[in-house]
Amino acid sequence: MKVFRIFFRNVRDSFKSVFRNFSLSLASISCITITLLVVSLAIVLSYNVNNIAGLVEKDVTIVTFLKVDITEEEKDAVEQEINGIDGVESYQFQSKMEISKEMMESSDTFKNIMGSWSVDESPIQDTFLVKVDDINHIGKVASKIEKIENVGLVKYGKGMVEQLISVFEVVKKVSIFVVLALILVTAFLISNTIKITIFSRKREIEIMRLVGASNINIKIPFIFEGLFLGILGSIVPIIVTTYGYTVLYSNFDGQIFSPFIKLVVPTPFIYILSALLLVIGMLVGMFGSYRAVRKHLKI
Amino acid sequence: MNVIKMSHVKKIYKNGVTAIYDLDLNIAKGDFVFVIGPTGCGKSTLIKMLYREERPTSGSINVGGVDVAKLKNRKVYMIRRKIGVVFQDFKLLPKSTVYENVAFALEVYGLPKDEIYNKVIKVLELVGLKHKAKNYPTELSGGEQQRVAIARAIVNGPKILICDEPTGNLDENTSMEIMEVLDAINKLGTTIIMVTHDTDIVNRMKKRVILLNSGRIVKDYKEGTYKHESI
Repeated sequence: MKVFRIFFRNVRDSFKSVFRNFSLSLASISCITITLLVVSLAIVLSYNVNNIAGLVEKDVTIVTFLKVDITEEEKDAVEQEINGIDGVESYQFQSKMEISKEMMESSDTFKNIMGSWSVDESPIQDTFLVKVDDINHIGKVASKIEKIENVGLVKYGKGMVEQLISVFEVVKKVSIFVVLALILVTAFLISNTIKITIFSRKREIEIMRLVGASNINIKIPFIFEGLFLGILGSIVPIIVTTYGYTVLYSNFDGQIFSPFIKLVVPTPFIYILSALLLVIGMLVGMFGSYRAVRKHLKI
Repeated sequence: MNVIKMSHVKKIYKNGVTAIYDLDLNIAKGDFVFVIGPTGCGKSTLIKMLYREERPTSGSINVGGVDVAKLKNRKVYMIRRKIGVVFQDFKLLPKSTVYENVAFALEVYGLPKDEIYNKVIKVLELVGLKHKAKNYPTELSGGEQQRVAIARAIVNGPKILICDEPTGNLDENTSMEIMEVLDAINKLGTTIIMVTHDTDIVNRMKKRVILLNSGRIVKDYKEGTYKHESI
């Protein structure tokens, strides 16, 4: 009972003091708001960059041309072998008829030239389009496919894919680093602001100690206060992110420049992001208050 | 029975200044003791060690059964709950009412609301400020603020009340009012140790007087006066 009474009194007092020291609270809240907005922007950017990188990586295909005159059985044998290779996510067969039809439909020039070819004359070959589950293994999978009997040519953009992988790796690492660094900077910025505001309440802490409040009893109201400040400070960033990202997404129709570069679908992304911002605000507020009070309890 | 026992207490500050040299002092239960002496004689250091704001460099201090000299930082609240402290500058929370300021000292124990109410009203009555319970400290005179501070110091019924120049900021008449309040509290059985510069008060009260000089006790009168001592 006693513990609960002290606990609820602490919560009540911390709530009161947010309003009693409103100008100071406002300073902390706006600091949290601004820094969380920056963090939110960084998360949106990095998440989208990573998403686009993932999409592009998924789009990379190993094009496997079969030899010109192979029988249906030989084709099936190749298919079975491809199916058996580790790291192959999916594959699709395109017969030479399908390919020429597609090409002829795509342009009139192709139509004029290819229309005159007979089936046997056509240089176009039956093809397997193979997708890998991990782009880092694309070279290995390609060389395995090359060794299969009756496979003519294997192409996957050698060189370019490797470059793409290394660029994306760097982008991913940099974006995660930026987000983490920003969160750290936020934590220190907020904790310093709270520290300054609590410094002006040194006397309050001194009196609490004087009348026999134990250290934990002094810390808890301030930690709760930090929690409230964090929650209040994350309201604006959450609204801006939720609303802003939804509008941005529908304005761009979910893609930038080309259908290849797709934005992350707003739901559930914005909800997760909102929860993340709230949690960051709360933790950083609590941490800041804790750090500030602890300083005054060392005598 | 002694509620305060100090033996061979020595205090050297970090900057090398020795404030107290090998001091022995016993204060009996229910006593009213004045600590006087010139500025810088170690009066403040002496009482700060009693409520564990400072730690002695060596020696032992026992206050109400607690070994204060060995008390750890996070256990300081234990001694603070046994004693009340009153300061020259009152140390009230300006943004809390008189009632809240006094109740604050009880809330840290987790007492039920109605019990806190009863105790606070009773102690405000004792210091004669029941009618100002809802006022803020800034709306009170200096003497009234000091009475609030005294109420806060004694609300949880401490056995010892330490006063660090409680009348230092007050005029003569108000000072005497405060002394009457303290005397009444002393008569209820609380031991009071008071540091002061006020010759008049010491002479009028005729209580035990301890004169400190350069960190040593030079005189200890049973019913002392101040007049033959120069400050």
